[in-house]
Amino acid sequence: MDWLNAGVQGVLLGGQYALLACGLSLIFGVMRIVNLAHGVLAVLAAYLSLVLVQQGLPLWLAIVVVVPLFAALGYAVQRGLFNPALAQVGQDAAGGARGAGELAPLLVSFGVAVALTNLLQEVFSADTRKIPTGDLASAGLPLGDLSVGVLPLLTLGVAVAVIAAVQLFLARTSTGRAMRAVADDAGAAAMTGVDPKHMYAVATALAFATLGLAGVFVGMSTQFSPGYGDLVLLFAFEAVIIGGLGSLWGTLAGGMVLGLAQTIGAQIDPQSGVLAGHLVFLAVLVVRPGGLMPRSVQA
Amino acid sequence: MNVLDVSGLAVRYGDLTAVDGVSLSVAEGETLAVLGANGAGKSTLLAALAGMHLPASGTVLLDGAPVTRVPAHQRVRRGIALVPEGRRIFGSLTVEENLLMGRYPKRPGPWDLRAVYDMFPLVAEMRDRRGGVLSGGQQQAVAIGRALLANPRVLLLDEVSLGLAPTVVAQLYDAVRQITASGTTALVVEQDLDQALRVADRVQCLLGGRTVLEAPAAGLDRDTVADAYFGVSHHPPSPR
Amino acid sequence: MSRPAAVPTITRGGRGSLVGGGVMLLVVVLLAAVVPYVVTLGALSSLVMLFALVILGTTWNLLAGYGGMVSVGQQAYVGVGGYALIQLADAVGAPPWLAVLAAGLIGAAIALPTSYLVFRLAGGYFAIGTWVVAEVFRLVTMRIDGLGGGTGLSLSAFRGTDRVERVAFVYWFALALMIAVVLGTYLLMRSRVGLGLTAIRDDRVAASSLGVAVDRGRRLVYVAGSAGAALAGALVALSTLGVTPGSIYSVSWTAAMIFIVVVGGIGTIEGPLVGAVLYWALQQALAPLGTWYLVVLGVVAVGVVLLAPRGLWGLVAGRYQLFPTGYRVGAVAPDATVARRAGE
Repeated sequence: MDWLNAGVQGVLLGGQYALLACGLSLIFGVMRIVNLAHGVLAVLAAYLSLVLVQQGLPLWLAIVVVVPLFAALGYAVQRGLFNPALAQVGQDAAGGARGAGELAPLLVSFGVAVALTNLLQEVFSADTRKIPTGDLASAGLPLGDLSVGVLPLLTLGVAVAVIAAVQLFLARTSTGRAMRAVADDAGAAAMTGVDPKHMYAVATALAFATLGLAGVFVGMSTQFSPGYGDLVLLFAFEAVIIGGLGSLWGTLAGGMVLGLAQTIGAQIDPQSGVLAGHLVFLAVLVVRPGGLMPRSVQA
Repeated sequence: MNVLDVSGLAVRYGDLTAVDGVSLSVAEGETLAVLGANGAGKSTLLAALAGMHLPASGTVLLDGAPVTRVPAHQRVRRGIALVPEGRRIFGSLTVEENLLMGRYPKRPGPWDLRAVYDMFPLVAEMRDRRGGVLSGGQQQAVAIGRALLANPRVLLLDEVSLGLAPTVVAQLYDAVRQITASGTTALVVEQDLDQALRVADRVQCLLGGRTVLEAPAAGLDRDTVADAYFGVSHHPPSPR
Repeated sequence: MSRPAAVPTITRGGRGSLVGGGVMLLVVVLLAAVVPYVVTLGALSSLVMLFALVILGTTWNLLAGYGGMVSVGQQAYVGVGGYALIQLADAVGAPPWLAVLAAGLIGAAIALPTSYLVFRLAGGYFAIGTWVVAEVFRLVTMRIDGLGGGTGLSLSAFRGTDRVERVAFVYWFALALMIAVVLGTYLLMRSRVGLGLTAIRDDRVAASSLGVAVDRGRRLVYVAGSAGAALAGALVALSTLGVTPGSIYSVSWTAAMIFIVVVGGIGTIEGPLVGAVLYWALQQALAPLGTWYLVVLGVVAVGVVLLAPRGLWGLVAGRYQLFPTGYRVGAVAPDATVARRAGE
């Protein structure tokens, strides 16, 4: 029965990881940037909503504030940091002058991660926090002999809804189509009237919005601290890779595999949950034939 | 009034001057063919007109208004649509989605999906296929359709014949002829002299980034063009 | 090129390199023969950290600047080096200097099989993949019996050794090791292998079509760079007399490496030297500010990547080149465009 319980918890945990991975996947798919600040940004969203809740706002209102705020932040980060970094990628090939070149976006995001992690530490200290959710955190639904947590179930539901919405947006709307066109060939997209820089910023805004939402859910279910962002980044990344870089539904499956590995690992040895997740990720890396070449966003 | 007026346009890549003071104009409803050998500066000229590469000097007027330094995505919205060299189809988008990208600027005009499908029935059959799996000729048709859907004031066509079988090229130029005959203003860059002469009202030859011949297409002597095309054989084009 | 009379003169370096080389030699002599006798023991220990930082920066630059691989997981090998040193010196009883060198070899030996794993990921995914590997190393280390779990190990090999003697030994040894690593990297880059790597960095597809063994070159760089990180980790453990898994496997080592290389100047031998000195100086000066100091470092790194992508060294390079890895082609004809790349 403990094993069954671990399995159910693992699948539910996968919802959280998939929600976290959504933005990472989207940013990479559209502009080939791996955002190393992804994890700490999720933690930032958790702190923001914690502060808002402590100010007396109901949690749902905190989410309503944080998500658009993160979208705006995403747009600004893309315009102010990532687009200039991307511009260097092209310069590198053209000019003889060597610099950070194609590494620039990665290095910029790492600099942001270091600065933001330590800024959060300075402001909020390294103590672990949790967003108070009243009864929600402990509420459970009986399922046979098991008790399924309401909060994890809610997180999984939100993850499925977000993934479905993002996929629909990419597949059905004219902006989503333009976003996929920019991912395919930014120059050709510009010839059809799409401003790639703006479209990149829209993609990052969307990614940050999902990330902000994910961060709040992390903050509700997990004890977090500024340094927790590192783990968030690794988990989101592992979900993407295990899922196979295809659609976001693959990422959901990847998140569930990772969640299962962690809960079953912890069932075997309480200290080894995270390690078991990492090992499953490495095993997937070994087993996949020909390695993994990143692909573009799919509708 | 001219739709497109270009004067003294110069485009450089680093130390290399690819287009060296070219002037041209295209009147409403007219089709101008720009001819020249490889490296004559034709594609660079079109890239500069479409805003993909900013010129070092010179001006580009669209309907009398300067667009010389307007970025590419805004130029399409003003009415300059390019069918680029290499076609640049979006590989992961379906054929219909590729065409719909042409509607992105939302310019009003005669061209809609149905008109393009009527022009290219084969494309209509493939509307749900991904752009990446099409043959070269099919991709070229999609690229032309995509540009038409922007309902441009002037259509720029870059080497439609490149890398395609002669029969396919002939079919594509049948379509281009229909398009230009229906009153669309066009600037065609081409190496294939015969096809270009089929659609053009006027011809302008480039060599080493400069204009070496301007003439009406009607009754144009093929040898005259060939001479201009290959340049003056007694001194080879300078590398600069 | 129709004028065969003009033969290009090909040289390495120039007067700038000679002057620079003289300055370098002077600095080394000062560090070796003068500094130990005029500064405090505490300052010497702090200089050991500088030498370790130079090694870390130089070898990370080998990966990113020459191999085009951004690893965010080099702390894996810093940790391996630190633990290996203590095990070899205490449990096996090897003399400390030998233990440090062996720790470097162990780092290389672990990096080789690991490379087959992480090389399955490209670009940014490689970056996070290496980070996962570093986490696995840390978690596994904590679970191996005899490695002290979460509290780590302390070094007891120096017990009974006089403090002055110990610090002096570690200082000179670290200085020698740093010089060896920098010179070794320089020679590697000058070699045939190094030229192949530069070709890979500049254009992977073209390089492989010219018969440069891309994967082998990158693997060599990964293994060499990881050995360097292990050496630095061993030095840190030797100097601080112990390791804890949380700090020796900390991603902040990689943050330091990235700062050193990016701010100093990526893809040059000199850049990491400049960057390491700057990082170390900032660390000393801003220590009272606590974590604010890392906030500043992050912001500075972002600023340098965006505004001066060739780093501090890039701002002066061309005028002085301490380690000429490229060739200089004397201008012969105005269209000899080869000369443009020679300044690197």
